[in-house]
Amino acid sequence: MSGRERILGRVRRALADVAPDDRPYGEAVPRDYLREHGRRTVEETVELLAENLADYRAVVHRGTEDRLPALIGRLLAERGSREVLVPAGLPPAWTAAADAVRVDDRAADTPQRLDRVDSVVTGCAVAVAETGTIVLDGSPDQGRRRISLVPDHHICVVRVPDQVVSSVPQALERLDPGRPLTWISGPSATSDIELDRVEGVHGPRTLEVILLG
Amino acid sequence: MTGTFVGMPAFPKAAHDAVHDPTLRGNLRHATHTIRAKRARAVGELSDWAALREAGRRIKDHTLRHLDRYLLQLEESVTAAGGTVHWAADADEANRIVARLVRETGESEVVKVKSMATQEIGLNEALEAEGIRAYETDLAELIVQLGEDRPSHILVPAIHRNRGEIRDIFRKEMGRWGRPAPDDLTDTPAELAEAARLHLREKFLRAKVGISGANFMVAETGTLVVVESEGNGRMCLTLPETLISVVGIEKVVPAWRDLEVFLQTLPRSSTAERMNPYTSMWTGTTDEDGPRAFHLVLLDNGRTDTLADRVGRQALRCIRCSACLNVCPVYERAGGHAYGSVYPGPIGAILSPQLRGTASEIDASLPYASSLCGACYEVCPVAIDIPEVLVHLRERVVEGGPAVRQGNKVVLRPAKGHAAERAAMRAARWAFGHPGALRAGQRLASRTRRLHPRTLPGPGRAWSGTRDLPAVPAEPFRDWWQRTRGGKDGAE
Repeated sequence: MSGRERILGRVRRALADVAPDDRPYGEAVPRDYLREHGRRTVEETVELLAENLADYRAVVHRGTEDRLPALIGRLLAERGSREVLVPAGLPPAWTAAADAVRVDDRAADTPQRLDRVDSVVTGCAVAVAETGTIVLDGSPDQGRRRISLVPDHHICVVRVPDQVVSSVPQALERLDPGRPLTWISGPSATSDIELDRVEGVHGPRTLEVILLG
Repeated sequence: MTGTFVGMPAFPKAAHDAVHDPTLRGNLRHATHTIRAKRARAVGELSDWAALREAGRRIKDHTLRHLDRYLLQLEESVTAAGGTVHWAADADEANRIVARLVRETGESEVVKVKSMATQEIGLNEALEAEGIRAYETDLAELIVQLGEDRPSHILVPAIHRNRGEIRDIFRKEMGRWGRPAPDDLTDTPAELAEAARLHLREKFLRAKVGISGANFMVAETGTLVVVESEGNGRMCLTLPETLISVVGIEKVVPAWRDLEVFLQTLPRSSTAERMNPYTSMWTGTTDEDGPRAFHLVLLDNGRTDTLADRVGRQALRCIRCSACLNVCPVYERAGGHAYGSVYPGPIGAILSPQLRGTASEIDASLPYASSLCGACYEVCPVAIDIPEVLVHLRERVVEGGPAVRQGNKVVLRPAKGHAAERAAMRAARWAFGHPGALRAGQRLASRTRRLHPRTLPGPGRAWSGTRDLPAVPAEPFRDWWQRTRGGKDGAE
């Protein structure tokens, strides 16, 4: 007998004593929890996102479309970045004012190559105000998962208010489970030493979020 | 579960050493008290916590009720998305499958994301025997692996180590496994994290095979979810060409939407954060992004036996947040090693004896590793009534009775060492059924009360060593009732 048949058989025997339950899934679970916590205006939601991002040590900037290239150029220069990774669909204007050399996100590049790049600039799919989270879904302006992971400095541009939601339930509604998703809340951190949060382990140690609106 | 903890002494004996280790006591007190206050704050931010907890409980119960259906649906979704699903009835079968998959890649080393399931089956040791080296990449797991130590906490396996001890382990051992720690390494957490970053970097970048567990699997979409902090998970999940995930069958949830509950309750319960730094979700494979091959190994290893127990099956709701460990007064003092399992603390005390059975000394003692104070139930984000299951398992240990082991119905024999307890209970049952004998006995006890010892002799000594024997009254209650007509005569 295969492991599969054995396990399924065991499950069925284990449940033999339970009364039949034909309630459909939709009725089995009460959903009387909140869709979002508290009522806020759009501006207040964006403000909460900024607060919660900063609370987990992301550096928050605000920008407008026309001043964005200069802002990104400045952030890269302050960091001393010589090379910056860009996903294929990132608007070219965003990095037009940067001195750093643009490195395209290509499938053929080895992880070692990515490790030599100083910074990466991406867009995002959605941002969650209540938790201070940005979610990347691999769209053309965000690129492969590894590019926002290996470089030590990540600049993420969030379009406000369009890409901002209040809560986790609202974020999941907007996301496509078929895409590879990465939820990011602040820079890499650990609680492994004495259960206290320390920033900076394997992922980017500096996360800068630009709220573009 | 496998051999890592074979020959462990019973909990009271193992805990005895731990409670006399002042460093360990200090480390645990510091860590658990830090997280307790923070968790309470994080949970307090959500006014609908009780509703989320209830929804989480109901989702898990519903899934377990229809587990066969959801596992089949999951298999179909994962396969449709480009993954391959394997089924492992026990630890050996899971280890064989993983070792074969690694061998087929031609590689002899793998990088691992922290995973309770692979700890439970002893995967690292099994791979080592096949000539495959497994590198743990979670900071705490790295500390445990370098120190040739055992995990003592679900979330923070090195919680029993303080920063000074961690620095010493890094200085001494890192060189044997790869890049050594810097010579001038201090014990500041940031420097320790930096040392781990440098040490593991080369391993991540060259890794061709990654091994993980998962926090959730969505049947409807075939999506797997890994919740983590450091980014080591993302490294292992995205850089290698082959990804193998070993996941307990109880980790399945029906729908994508169910994540909206657990992604709110898990981070706040475990690390007391609004959200953990990184959560990865993947569905099969994606062209030109991440691993080209994805294998999911569904693990039973005692879970269906647990499912067969009407009271005990609720333990399968567990989402491994470890909040119950952090609030437990017994865990705080005894530490994780005394539980003799990768699952320590209150949840371990109900999970290990169910996954492994109660045949060994340590497993038969675990249901007693509790004062039944109920703090664990209070904080549990899926409302597992741990005290209820503890009492149920105590009964099973003492009385024996029907149970399911490896899918087969068995009748457990009453455990040894509880003979006195059983004899006392039998005597009590007889006495309460014979009022005349009960009255005679009570009168005799009252008259001889000045002669009663303060502590019990023989095997009863351990029990009365920490308790006062109740004083016997000068007159049995029923005699007093009859004499005074229930106190109506005003007599004393």
